[in-house]
Amino acid sequence: MKIAVCVKYVPDATGDRHFEDDKTVDRVGVDGLLSELDEYAVEQALQIKEKAESPDEVEVVALCVGPEKALDAVRKALQMGADKGVHVVDDAIAGSDAIATSLVLAKAVQRGSEGTPYDLVMCGMSSTDGSMSVVPAMLAERLGLPQLTLASVVETQGDQVRIKRDGDVATEVVGGTMPLVVSVTDQSGEARYPSFKGIMAAKKKPLETLSLSDLGVDAGDVGLSVAWTRVEDTTARPPREAGEIVKDEEGSGAKALADFLATKKFI
Amino acid sequence: MSEILVVVDHADGPDGVSVKKPTYEMLTLAARLGEPSAVFIGPKDKGAEVADAVKKYGAGKVYVVDDAPLKGYLVAPKAEALQQLVERTSQSRPVGAVLIASSAEGKEIAGRLAIKTGSGLITDAVDVEAGGDGPVTTQSVFAGNYTVRARVTHGTPIITVKPNSAAPVEASGAGEVEEVAVTISEAAKGAQIVASQPRTATGRPELTEAAIVVSGGRGTGGKFEPVEELADALGAAVGASRAAVDSGWKPHSYQIGQTGKTVSPQLYIAAGISGAIQHRAGMQTSKTIVAVNKDDEAPIFELVDFGVVGDLHTVLPALTEEVNQRKG
Ligand SMILES: Cc1cc2nc3c(=O)[nH]c(=O)nc-3n(C[C@H](O)[C@H](O)[C@H](O)COP(=O)(O)OP(=O)(O)OC[C@H]3O[C@@H](n4cnc5c(N)ncnc54)[C@H](O)[C@@H]3O)c2cc1C
Ligand SMILES: Nc1ncnc2c1ncn2[C@@H]1O[C@H](COP(=O)(O)O)[C@@H](O)[C@H]1O
Repeated sequence: MKIAVCVKYVPDATGDRHFEDDKTVDRVGVDGLLSELDEYAVEQALQIKEKAESPDEVEVVALCVGPEKALDAVRKALQMGADKGVHVVDDAIAGSDAIATSLVLAKAVQRGSEGTPYDLVMCGMSSTDGSMSVVPAMLAERLGLPQLTLASVVETQGDQVRIKRDGDVATEVVGGTMPLVVSVTDQSGEARYPSFKGIMAAKKKPLETLSLSDLGVDAGDVGLSVAWTRVEDTTARPPREAGEIVKDEEGSGAKALADFLATKKFI
Repeated sequence: MSEILVVVDHADGPDGVSVKKPTYEMLTLAARLGEPSAVFIGPKDKGAEVADAVKKYGAGKVYVVDDAPLKGYLVAPKAEALQQLVERTSQSRPVGAVLIASSAEGKEIAGRLAIKTGSGLITDAVDVEAGGDGPVTTQSVFAGNYTVRARVTHGTPIITVKPNSAAPVEASGAGEVEEVAVTISEAAKGAQIVASQPRTATGRPELTEAAIVVSGGRGTGGKFEPVEELADALGAAVGASRAAVDSGWKPHSYQIGQTGKTVSPQLYIAAGISGAIQHRAGMQTSKTIVAVNKDDEAPIFELVDFGVVGDLHTVLPALTEEVNQRKG
């Protein structure tokens, strides 16, 4: 069985994230890392491998579309335990929107691993920068595959996959037959930390770097200039004015707060 | 004039179908862009009822897509149905945009629809206005630290809209019902819903739509009554931090933040919540923010309009009493 895990390289959310002059997210001038939410996808892929009857026959491939530095994200996945990395990097990709990103990912998935098609494509629930939560659905659409998205539990048996999905109105169990696209939430279980052994082993794992032409993607179909959406302007939110902070002393806090709510007409 | 398709956001309960408030908000936004039409994907026999509701907010046409053949599968069939509707409608007049509620499901439908129709997609809009080259959206990004205005430059703009994006404005529409037959491919039926456990109703307003949200974190120590009682006194929804959800005190549907719901109410009250960046991502755009926390250095205080340094187990019940007295 072949599992592709889509991992994204994102600016560190605890750092100062901002936009470039061309209104794309600055991915070069800030510290980046493997999107935290994609670690959950790597974890679930590794668990599927570990639970398989013959784990050696399951290959977990970390797949990333992003700039040079994004290799860090692939490396982290390898350190966690993925078997192989595929990094699609091409200057033409810069500024791509979800539509174009999903195109490149779809082509990379269609290529398979060593010519063998993937049985499962696993994604995080959302990237921590764009956080659109649409790439898995778009990828499924492009590949013509079913999507079992937003899973808090993933189970496989042979070619059958079942997930638990905590939706807005119901908790559902959704099933499908491989090949398909799965995305997992942060409820699916803690992601492991790379062990020292894992970090050492990662250095020897195969890593493939692909360009758009390797994938047969026309450079004119991706990137900022052909994006199907355009950002008109970006404005930093003005800092909030410092609010009033009171210390509660024998009931004074509740009274002061009630007065505040009353002046704001909430009571 | 172009037609703007608004996908009706509705809840199907045991007592029938109820149209949710974001539908009226989207119809209001749609009226700024063109002629609003509603698209109801649901039980066919409820079409007339839904039409009565949405025409009060300006829906000229109400396309009814019977969901009987679509039910039981995840989003793919709905995306197919919408694609067929967009194509059909475009034959008589241009479709200026498709507006869909920005729920997890709504965004996935929108994602598939965008690929199918070769259209640009904007998610999580908090405002939509008419522009010279089509609709211009406003989004709040990077945990609310930036505001971005954007537009779609290719195909039919597909836009998902967050709850509370506009005050619904009443307008009389014709509400003309048109049943639409769609064909669903076998491929779209690959993800089958095997079991479904509906959420039990809380009787409180829906988290993402509520005007007031009171939420509790680890500081509640699992005792949520003070939070809930205050919420009920204020007619508010109840939310929780991930720490409270991970501890099993509240289900995930209560979680506010990056991996939970995003709320943007008039008033947000955080009790026993430190204000981690992932939590802020879900509440930072609230109009007025209040916190009760016993640590005067909790980062949540950086955000507040009013903060009380104190124990929530004494401050909240006292506040609830004040609220009830002043109401009384
Ligand atoms: C990938 C990822 C996604 C995440 N997504 C989310 C998300 O969607 N939503 C979310 O909320 N978090 C999310 N988190 C977790 C987030 O980082 C914080 O850990 C979490 O928000 C902390 O919750 P808390 O504020 O309730 O708990 P704590 O940080 O432990 O804060 C508890 C607060 O309660 C106060 N307190 C204690 N006792 C009392 C008392 N008696 N009275 C008053 N105050 C008291 C303390 O002073 C403290 O400030 C995510 C984390 C990661 C890594
Ligand atoms: N550039 C990328 N490279 C690899 N995977 C990606 C990329 N962008 C998005 N993904 C995957 O799609 C998921 C959802 O992303 P998004 O729709 O951007 O929120 C992520 O969690 C990743 O698994």
